[in-house]
Amino acid sequence: MVDTTTSTGSPGSRLLGLTTLVGLAGLILFAFVLTEPDVRLHPTTGEEFGQFDAVRLLYLHVPMAVLTYVAFLTCAVASAGYLLKRGVWWDVTAYASAEVGTVLCGLVLVTGSIWGRPVWNTWWEWGDVRLMTTLVLFLLFSGYLALRRTPAEPQRQARRAAIVALVAVLDIPLINRSVEWWENRTLHQQSTLAELKIEDLTLFTLMLGFVVFGLVFAWLMLHRFRVGWLEHAQAGHEVALAIAERHAEMETLDVDEAIGQTGGGK
Amino acid sequence: MTHLGYLLAGWGITLVVFGLYGWAVVRRGRRMAGSVPEGERRWITSKGEDHGG
Amino acid sequence: MLVRGVGQVRELFTDAGLVATRDLRIEARSRVLLNQVAPFALLVLVLFGFALDADQRTLRTFAPGLFWVTVLLAALLAVQRSASIEHADDAHTGLRLSGMAAASVFLGKAAAVFIQLMVLEVLLTIGIVVLYGSEVDNPVLLVLTAVAAAVGVATTGTLYGALASGLGARDTLLPILLLPVLAPVLIGATRSFDDALGAAAVDGWAWLGLLAVFGLVATVLGALAHGAMIED
Repeated sequence: MVDTTTSTGSPGSRLLGLTTLVGLAGLILFAFVLTEPDVRLHPTTGEEFGQFDAVRLLYLHVPMAVLTYVAFLTCAVASAGYLLKRGVWWDVTAYASAEVGTVLCGLVLVTGSIWGRPVWNTWWEWGDVRLMTTLVLFLLFSGYLALRRTPAEPQRQARRAAIVALVAVLDIPLINRSVEWWENRTLHQQSTLAELKIEDLTLFTLMLGFVVFGLVFAWLMLHRFRVGWLEHAQAGHEVALAIAERHAEMETLDVDEAIGQTGGGK
Repeated sequence: MTHLGYLLAGWGITLVVFGLYGWAVVRRGRRMAGSVPEGERRWITSKGEDHGG
Repeated sequence: MLVRGVGQVRELFTDAGLVATRDLRIEARSRVLLNQVAPFALLVLVLFGFALDADQRTLRTFAPGLFWVTVLLAALLAVQRSASIEHADDAHTGLRLSGMAAASVFLGKAAAVFIQLMVLEVLLTIGIVVLYGSEVDNPVLLVLTAVAAAVGVATTGTLYGALASGLGARDTLLPILLLPVLAPVLIGATRSFDDALGAAAVDGWAWLGLLAVFGLVATVLGALAHGAMIED
């Protein structure tokens, strides 16, 4: 038993967490047991080809990739909101979505690499546009988090971080375009979704993946937002305490002075 | 099942990272919540077992 | 209305000119660029030569990429220097009290960095011709690429230099913030130089277009963001 009066949990978040765990178990069941591996027969030679069981990695890789973009877009919108409205809410949302997004982005790169080894026969493919864009995105937001972790006056840091996030997101189309021209080919379109025979159950599992990782994302965002909110509240609380202390000091000084004066008078 | 090692690595790393990150966030929140007065916590707090999720 | 607009634009650029002149004058006195940044850039070129086993054909093939990586590394130093000028003797407070628009300060500082980068690029071009045996096939493309890329690097660098300044660990913060943003510039300028130096068969002019777009976006964005940032 843990006393949860001092935690970021609430009945709502615990229900969400429980649903997420059940969803994850269901997703694993569908991804590993109920769906078939991707095996296709060559029309002329009759040979077996395809991604075989490696396709089961896509049920987690693709939803996470989409959510990474959702997270970074949320961060950009919240950053713009902060610059326009200057509310704590915007700032905390931007920080939370950037941190959760960076974790997702890292996992997308790792799972993509693990999937690419058996399917593309390489851990890393320099010529792939989405791969390279995602990597640069990961580096951009690592820089954002580094800025966030540098101690600074809160408002100044919030403003600077918001600018960094906006520049990073605006840079994405340019990075994407430059990498696209740089090596004019992409493995993604050739070998994944376009050619994959997506049947009812496969499609359902992929959709379930979106829902379950959406829940994971929501749960993490909720708790991370509350942590950020507490950080703000704590900083404010400390300032208030310091001011109160100052006041108390001044009052005791006055009393001392008064006592001193009366003492001197006698 | 083909590619079992890759599958376990991919799913395993993902679940472990989410678990560790989630745990770190919750722990950070616990430590932080203690030092903030009750009125500043905007969500409803309750006593009871924490499932964490 | 229009006359006032023209007047404001003129004031913007006059002020920017003043800031740029001040920065360049400080540079002319302290000679940090010539005494430290330029030798550092040359040193990097030599280190690449050692690392790649001094095979001149290899060096000539990769000269465009090595050139631009060197420019980016040297630019980090130039930007850090430019940002530190503002903090010495509280110069930024003086600038703010002068009533200049934030955009003027930004454009002026970026222009000063731009001019320093152009000097560096000239020196480095001589460097790769002498050390790596590069030959200039298309001087017009070479010069335009150098200018467009320097605009992008100088404006982005000035914005991020200001972003990182006044924070602890700014020396380590600046590279990880700035370098990923400049990835398109590195790719574009390298490819364009591939064409201009005849190192690879690519269409350098298309890449020049991308660099120009980057430079334009970075200039406008930087001028706007600088205002939002220094109103501390």
